[in-house]
Amino acid sequence: MTDITTEKARIGAPSSQPFIDGFTEEGESLSPLNSAESKAPLAGDAVKAHSHGGGVGVPDSSRAGRLTSYTLADFKPLTGMEEDWRFTPLKRLRGLHTEVLGGAAPAVAVTAPEGVRVETVGRDDARIGSAAIPEDRVSANAWENFAEATVITVPANVQTEGEVSVVLTGQGEAASAQHLVIIAEKFSRGVVVLDHQGSAVVSENVEILVEDGAELTVISLQEWNDDAVHASSQQAKLGRDAKFKHIVVSLGGDLVRVTPSARFTAPGAEAEMFGLYFADAGQHLEQRLFVDHAVANCKSNVLYKGALQGRNAHTVWVGDVLIRKEAEGTDTYEANRNLVLTDGARADSVPNLEIETGLIAGAGHASATGRFDDEHLFYLMARGIPEKVARRLVVRGFLNEIIQQIRVPAIEERLTAAVERELAATDN
Amino acid sequence: MSTLEIKDLHVSIDTEQGTKEILKGVSLTIKTGQTHAIMGPNGSGKSTLASTIAGHPRYNVTGGTITLDGEDVLAMSVDERARAGLFLAMQYPVEVPGVSMTNFLRTAKTAIDGEAPKLRTWTKDVKEAMAKLRIDADFTQRNVNEGFSGGEKKRVEILQLELFKPKFAILDETDSGLDVDALKVVSEGVNRAHAEGNMGTLLITHYTRILRYIKPEFVHVFVDGKVVEEGGPELADRLEEEGYDRYVQGAGTATIAAADAAAQA
Ligand SMILES: Nc1ncnc2c1ncn2[C@@H]1O[C@H](COP(=O)(O)OP(=O)(O)OP(=O)(O)O)[C@@H](O)[C@H]1O
Ligand SMILES: [Mg+2]
Repeated sequence: MTDITTEKARIGAPSSQPFIDGFTEEGESLSPLNSAESKAPLAGDAVKAHSHGGGVGVPDSSRAGRLTSYTLADFKPLTGMEEDWRFTPLKRLRGLHTEVLGGAAPAVAVTAPEGVRVETVGRDDARIGSAAIPEDRVSANAWENFAEATVITVPANVQTEGEVSVVLTGQGEAASAQHLVIIAEKFSRGVVVLDHQGSAVVSENVEILVEDGAELTVISLQEWNDDAVHASSQQAKLGRDAKFKHIVVSLGGDLVRVTPSARFTAPGAEAEMFGLYFADAGQHLEQRLFVDHAVANCKSNVLYKGALQGRNAHTVWVGDVLIRKEAEGTDTYEANRNLVLTDGARADSVPNLEIETGLIAGAGHASATGRFDDEHLFYLMARGIPEKVARRLVVRGFLNEIIQQIRVPAIEERLTAAVERELAATDN
Repeated sequence: MSTLEIKDLHVSIDTEQGTKEILKGVSLTIKTGQTHAIMGPNGSGKSTLASTIAGHPRYNVTGGTITLDGEDVLAMSVDERARAGLFLAMQYPVEVPGVSMTNFLRTAKTAIDGEAPKLRTWTKDVKEAMAKLRIDADFTQRNVNEGFSGGEKKRVEILQLELFKPKFAILDETDSGLDVDALKVVSEGVNRAHAEGNMGTLLITHYTRILRYIKPEFVHVFVDGKVVEEGGPELADRLEEEGYDRYVQGAGTATIAAADAAAQA
């Protein structure tokens, strides 16, 4: 890919300041939709939209200091100027940040392999709040308004065969709240697929508890209808030697904003976080993740890949990785890659690495946004491959790296087909 | 028996300074079974000719024709040209991230033949061709040209030549950047493809060393966007000794030589 912006860094040295030079991401990148009055609107260049070390604006506050609360009133009304909302077109949230979320939540249908417990519980269930606490107003709004929660438990020492399938089908346009709790008890192993479909306006909280020695994969698929609006906070708390793999796939919906996090609470744990998104004309697909290295000797690896096509296709990736003072021996790497297929699309990519201790095994980040290159196309076509096929070949190859992480064959096939459909859409 | 005919070809490119004419009337005819060498100084337009035949969008044809067995090549898209039987081994093969060699080779072969190759024989063909070109088997798992060395890229171009079996192969400095062994291996690949009897070759080179392995019947001297002299293999030897000064400085001599060559042709 040409026209690439890339940074790479490996850091092993202690630092007195929370931000390493060139690692802060700040400034002019307010969503143009939210900030008509903004002094520095974004430059129009889709490919170079990733403005690293932007310059103007207030310095980023540490991720550690972000407000968290179960109470909606603790969060101020959104203006769009907030650090974590600056890319989101609030007008298209359809009230998720302003209204009482009283609509019918997407219907939940669970198919689980033997040994897995599935329950529907009320707000007072003790497990609610065991892994998550809202970090933004939309999440807190859902917390305050959800009627009942689905709790999925892989009991201690149970190693499940096959995946737990959770199909969430939208019930219409009324703004709604959803709550799920996924628990992998000690030394269990399981795979849970959240399959979001239909039309909905929903704010969702997913609590994920991965207890000591457990191994859990959570796959969140957003194959919504075109009109859906979805905000999803997916917070995971990891115990000692836990292994957590999280995969976000966002293809459908008008506005989808997924905020996954992994918090280490004891040493020896590992988190892998993958993401794939494919934005078409007009779609806003946002992913903001947070990895909290709060304890020593944990590992994290993040890779998100996105493709964009069509006018005003907009993707946002923000990767916050915090290595706290206590987190000696941390090994972390995060990367985001975007492939812009047509003019008029825009990818924002912001890696944030905060390092508070120098005694780490490794820390790095990379971000690159490239354009599908005419020279690639020429090479493939000069070998007889028609243009459409050539494009598919490149995009499929690009996104496959994530799809093959899923390791649930039926879903891999389904997503491969979905990517093909997205590509077919450009042909017309 | 096929014929690739280039007639009075004029090509220009758009630069920041405006339009620049690079090819100023090139005529050349190649037939199946023939090998033509084009030699000429840097910047004389050799790659431009090769890329124009392949249909690179950067080059604007402002005059002249290219036909393949009478069919208008200039009216074809890049992929149509390849499917019609034209193959360009590029001077600088492009890295294509995300696409494995296996996938690429099979997709291209399917496109060129109009049907998918039989999996078992195809895999065997690829393996054998790679072995002959001394390309490691694990290259099939790698992305197209990604991280290949200069020499490896050239071998992979010839691998494609052997697998796709074009009617005409245009080799743009395939010999540059190859060590002696690689040069031999690559030349043998071209000769194998040639020996099947259905291919004509246009070989662009700076050096006569490749001509020890690949024997051209015709040598064309290319200077400033034109063929200024044509002859047999002995012309290549003379060029090696004397260089291009004669053509570049004495434009008059070059014109006369070209006229002579034209008269002989
Ligand atoms: N994009 C471009 N912008 C400006 N000039 C160009 C461009 N592409 C080619 N040219 C010019 O066109 C002329 C012919 O280039 P070409 O690559 O065809 O030469 P060549 O004979 O293949 O040279 P070499 O032996 O170095 O490979 C050169 O003067 C070159 O600088
Ligand atoms: Mg050249």
